[in-house]
Amino acid sequence: MELTGAQILLESLKKEGVDSIFGFPGGAVIDIYDEIPKHPEITHYLVRHEQGAIHAADGYARATGKVGVCLVTSGPGATNTVTGIANAYMDSIPVVIFTGQVPSSLIGNDAFQEVDIVGITRPCTKHNYLVKDVEDLARVIKEAFYLARTGRPGPVLVDLPKDVAQARTEYRYPRSCKLRSYRPTVEPNRKQLSKALDLVRAAEKPLFYAGGGVISSDAHAELTWLAHNLRIPVTTTLMGLGAFPGDDPLFLGMLGMHGTYAANRAVQECDLLIAVGARFDDRVTGRVSSFAPNAKVVHIDVDPTSIRKNVSVDVPIVADCAATLKALKQDVAEGLSQEGFVRDHTPWLERLAEWGQRHPLTYNGANGTIIKPQQVVETLYDLTGGNAIISTEVGQNQMWAAQFFRYRRPRTLLTSGGLGTMGFGFPAAIGAQVAFPGELVIDIAGDGSIQMNIQELATAVCYGLPVKIIILNNGYLGMVRQWQELFYARNYCATCMDFAPDFVKLAEAYGASGFRITRPEELRPVLKEAIELPRTVIVDVHVAPEENVYPMVPAGASLNEMLLV
Amino acid sequence: MRHVLSILVENEPGVLSRVSGLFSGRGFNIESLNVGPTLEPGVSLMTITTVGENAIIEQIIKQLRKVVTVIKVVDMLDCKAVEREMVLVKVNATETNRAEILRISDIFRCKVVDVSHDEMTIEATGDKDKVGAVVAMLQRFGIKEIARTGTVAMRRSMQ
Repeated sequence: MELTGAQILLESLKKEGVDSIFGFPGGAVIDIYDEIPKHPEITHYLVRHEQGAIHAADGYARATGKVGVCLVTSGPGATNTVTGIANAYMDSIPVVIFTGQVPSSLIGNDAFQEVDIVGITRPCTKHNYLVKDVEDLARVIKEAFYLARTGRPGPVLVDLPKDVAQARTEYRYPRSCKLRSYRPTVEPNRKQLSKALDLVRAAEKPLFYAGGGVISSDAHAELTWLAHNLRIPVTTTLMGLGAFPGDDPLFLGMLGMHGTYAANRAVQECDLLIAVGARFDDRVTGRVSSFAPNAKVVHIDVDPTSIRKNVSVDVPIVADCAATLKALKQDVAEGLSQEGFVRDHTPWLERLAEWGQRHPLTYNGANGTIIKPQQVVETLYDLTGGNAIISTEVGQNQMWAAQFFRYRRPRTLLTSGGLGTMGFGFPAAIGAQVAFPGELVIDIAGDGSIQMNIQELATAVCYGLPVKIIILNNGYLGMVRQWQELFYARNYCATCMDFAPDFVKLAEAYGASGFRITRPEELRPVLKEAIELPRTVIVDVHVAPEENVYPMVPAGASLNEMLLV
Repeated sequence: MRHVLSILVENEPGVLSRVSGLFSGRGFNIESLNVGPTLEPGVSLMTITTVGENAIIEQIIKQLRKVVTVIKVVDMLDCKAVEREMVLVKVNATETNRAEILRISDIFRCKVVDVSHDEMTIEATGDKDKVGAVVAMLQRFGIKEIARTGTVAMRRSMQ
């Protein structure tokens, strides 16, 4: 049957199992929007800014593991998604972005709302397409979804000229993709795997360093099994929180710039570092030359470019994390029956426990008159029992959310790790709430970040999404202020947010509910009420203005050089 | 270290900028870049010459392999290779020095491809050093214009 490009797009989305699209219409995509009401199995969520659409699609993808979909018009609609695309690219999140384009005959003419979005997004997409012929459309969509979700996942953009959306052709959705230049390695090399196992067996002080790759490849069960059976402690990156149970005795907490004392010391002392789906980001390693100085390094990653990028590796394994850990689990399961299959790690674990006890995550000055931001996150954990999907904005709020909430399941922390995008958390929470209407979704925000995509309150209220926004309001752009305090002689240039809207009234203006908390004794009851309210809620919590995030490894210092509380 | 990379690509619009973008995005210079079709329709061969530390080149090669439209990448440092480059040099050629220019062309086995009453265009082919030497020898006559193709390379049969 002959279909138009717009019809082909919607039919293909159906074939890919897409149930939600986040988007904003415009002239270049009006033909596609004309088709949407004819497909009731796909719900379109109208956002209030295209950046909200891409972050919502990203949040949906992080929470579900499926591909998030975003649809916007050409020109400003397309460029407004660029931050969100770069964000998804840095964190390897599978998203497909459909952008409208001016008619083919006008491309390159500086036509109204024309922009070379394929050119603009080339460095921040896994791949992108300009569809010039409606004949190619079904194949391109198939490839886009395939590329987005396989190998190292990432965003793929499809630019659709208006005339292509209007043109007709016979529709046939391809069953598979033929891409001879794209064949990600899934299964690990057996030789490398046995080398890694030899190192594990010989190690006295081994350590797992898990990243977002464990979550995106669904390898958490294997990681947990291996850690438990081999008695290897685990630290994770920010992106890896939830890859290993946050309340497990073997869990050391996050490592890196704001990592725990125990985790950072463990990295510096371990004799074997097993990096799984992590990429040795500079926020993790501190000074690279003194990172894990005594360790042999095993690095498992599906993306060969991640390996040996920053740190030299003894055993590189280019493969899917889940496939690799499964294979390792099989070998370990066979070996464990032998006496002395691995060394006894008791002294190592005792040493780590001692470090953990000596310097736990903590804060001073909760004195009954002032609310500490850490206290807010702790109370949230307590009230929810950890059963919530947490998204964060970026800055101090993000680090406290990472430190003081324990993530027991994967995909329960949605945070902008690589790009550090302020304004990410709220729209991402909307995406997660769309995917899981019955779950409690909380955006832990700062007063600065929340103002970057506050307009999405309309989206949340309009679709009845009961997202909770908890603002840790300290009247500052807190993380930058912290750097200014510690490293720039307290020159608080442009970090004091001394004018902010009345967030309670703002919530009410959008039809949401607003609460304000200024005294410690209000914290628990009001947060409880807010959480239980089945509506979109903002809670404006006035916290200690000059509280800092500790521990802190100053940029460029070694992980041993931590500033403690 | 100078590296010659031989890159087989799908000949799609934008492939050149996908490849060159990997270099510019990291703040590296490309010494020469050269593209031409292969026997297979829709597939082109790029030869890129660049200078950088080995670890960085290793990263670039891995990144190049990650580009969806790149089929194959070979670093010619890893094998013995034949390298060639062609140059066209338009040089001042007066009555008095024309014979000298012809003699130099002869020594380097160059071809004269164009001539007028006061200039001559010479075609030279060879590896980078030879082409460099030809250009250096002709410089004293006054070069008016120069066009170099950049290196093309191929793996030697006998390794």
